[in-house]
Amino acid sequence: MLKINSLVTSYGSIKALKGIDLEVPAGSIVSLIGANGAGKTTAMKSLVGIIKPQSGTIVFQGQAIQGWPSHKVVGLGVSLVPEGRRILARMSVLENLEMGAYQRQDMEIQADMEKVFSRFPILAERRNQLGGTLSGGQQQMLAIGRALMARPKLLLLDEPSMGLAPLVVAEIFRVIQDINREGTTVLLVEQNVRQALKIAHYAYVLETGKIVLHGTAEEVAHNPRVMEAYLGGAKGMK
Amino acid sequence: MFWQQLVNGLTLGSTYSLVALGYTLIMGVLDIVNMAHGEIFMFGAFTGLILASHFHVNIFVAMLGAALVGSLLGIILERVALRPLRRRAVSHLAPLISTIGVSIFLESVALKVFGPESQAFPQTLAGKIYTIGPMQISLVQVVILAVAFGLMLILRFWLARTKIGKALRATAESTETAGILGVNTNLIIVLTVSLASGLGAIAGVLVGLTFNAVEPTMGMSMGLKGLAVLILGGMGNITGAMFGGLILGVAEVFSVAYGASSYRDAVAFGMIILILFVRPQGLFGAKDQTGGR
Repeated sequence: MLKINSLVTSYGSIKALKGIDLEVPAGSIVSLIGANGAGKTTAMKSLVGIIKPQSGTIVFQGQAIQGWPSHKVVGLGVSLVPEGRRILARMSVLENLEMGAYQRQDMEIQADMEKVFSRFPILAERRNQLGGTLSGGQQQMLAIGRALMARPKLLLLDEPSMGLAPLVVAEIFRVIQDINREGTTVLLVEQNVRQALKIAHYAYVLETGKIVLHGTAEEVAHNPRVMEAYLGGAKGMK
Repeated sequence: MFWQQLVNGLTLGSTYSLVALGYTLIMGVLDIVNMAHGEIFMFGAFTGLILASHFHVNIFVAMLGAALVGSLLGIILERVALRPLRRRAVSHLAPLISTIGVSIFLESVALKVFGPESQAFPQTLAGKIYTIGPMQISLVQVVILAVAFGLMLILRFWLARTKIGKALRATAESTETAGILGVNTNLIIVLTVSLASGLGAIAGVLVGLTFNAVEPTMGMSMGLKGLAVLILGGMGNITGAMFGGLILGVAEVFSVAYGASSYRDAVAFGMIILILFVRPQGLFGAKDQTGGR
């Protein structure tokens, strides 16, 4: 569904991505893991056109989309749940969700909104509250709900577990799995390597702008280097 | 006396509000101060004047024409002075300087084309005066109040309820976030600048009617007042701009009425300084605009 070939992205003279290759098959969950500063968020931002990549190709469903402006990428069916959630703080929960469906013209927007509310009942309770008044976990739910309102074929999630309590994290990951089972392909960027590998089908490990390892989630989870560096030693993954 | 001055103050203030709204919209979406706004306001006044005196159109048609010319100038301003800088992600001072450049250019063009002397609107509206209780209100004042408050109400409703209005608010919060939600942010920015300029141009006609004088230098002083209202109301706050303009207008008129006519600007701006001592973020500005991020 999504194929990235030798993608290079720079901030000024600093190369944040030094030619990464990545493939997301339709219907799967792919995790891109790595430490702080490895280039995970840069990869996401390059995908959706927030940053223009220097070279390389991004092909989504047979169409080269590198360098496209964000709103056109959204139109193809790619939605991003950005790092730090990026809720519209001065707009209500309802308005945030409406903005998620911004490019849609069909009559089922209302029905989809009800679906989001049944997935996250807390959002239904707070539908008229301003986005900025929600807690971190609720904001994450709103960010995911907002992205789903666009009916994406590919959902990109950038660090959805960041700063959340363990129980909320478990809930979020359960929802991501549900979304995937309902037919949406997922590319997940995470520092919470254990959780990310648990729900993923395939995984890529990013270190200082390069993919150093990739394979099925199982293989990556049992790689000694990954166990050492990300899962707290050889005994980490039982 | 009091009620009469209040009406006069509100009339003047409502035009300040319209000018300040233009600054506020652009400030909200682009985070910059558009220093050419005053000159677009002045061009609006001249457009209205020419339409009314040479083509003898109805004053509302003249305002519509002014709005169109203003919007067009806004679109050109965005293309010429703002977009090239935005693409290169330079500092916030650069668009400030480039819009000052545009403002000097527009003022010079106006001096050349319209001449330096002050011109007056044809006296078609001036005659009628209505008496309501203790107040006397002229037809011109009624038109100004109705147009200014009408436009502000429409703008509020448009921002709160329509899809494009919501996209504008989303872009104002974060261009990046609006983009990933599917908003064509460049289009919204052009729309915002042309809308702000159109409002400014209509305000130009209204101010021209209020003082019955239109001249190439009127943009400068009005621009400063609009800026003061922007700060008084709270940067980028729509409600703030509306109330801020009214407060400034009323303060000015009262300082004239109660004996300090040569100090009208000093009293008005002194009051703004005092308010900002108490509320540095402006009357309606939030301390933390970013919310829970």
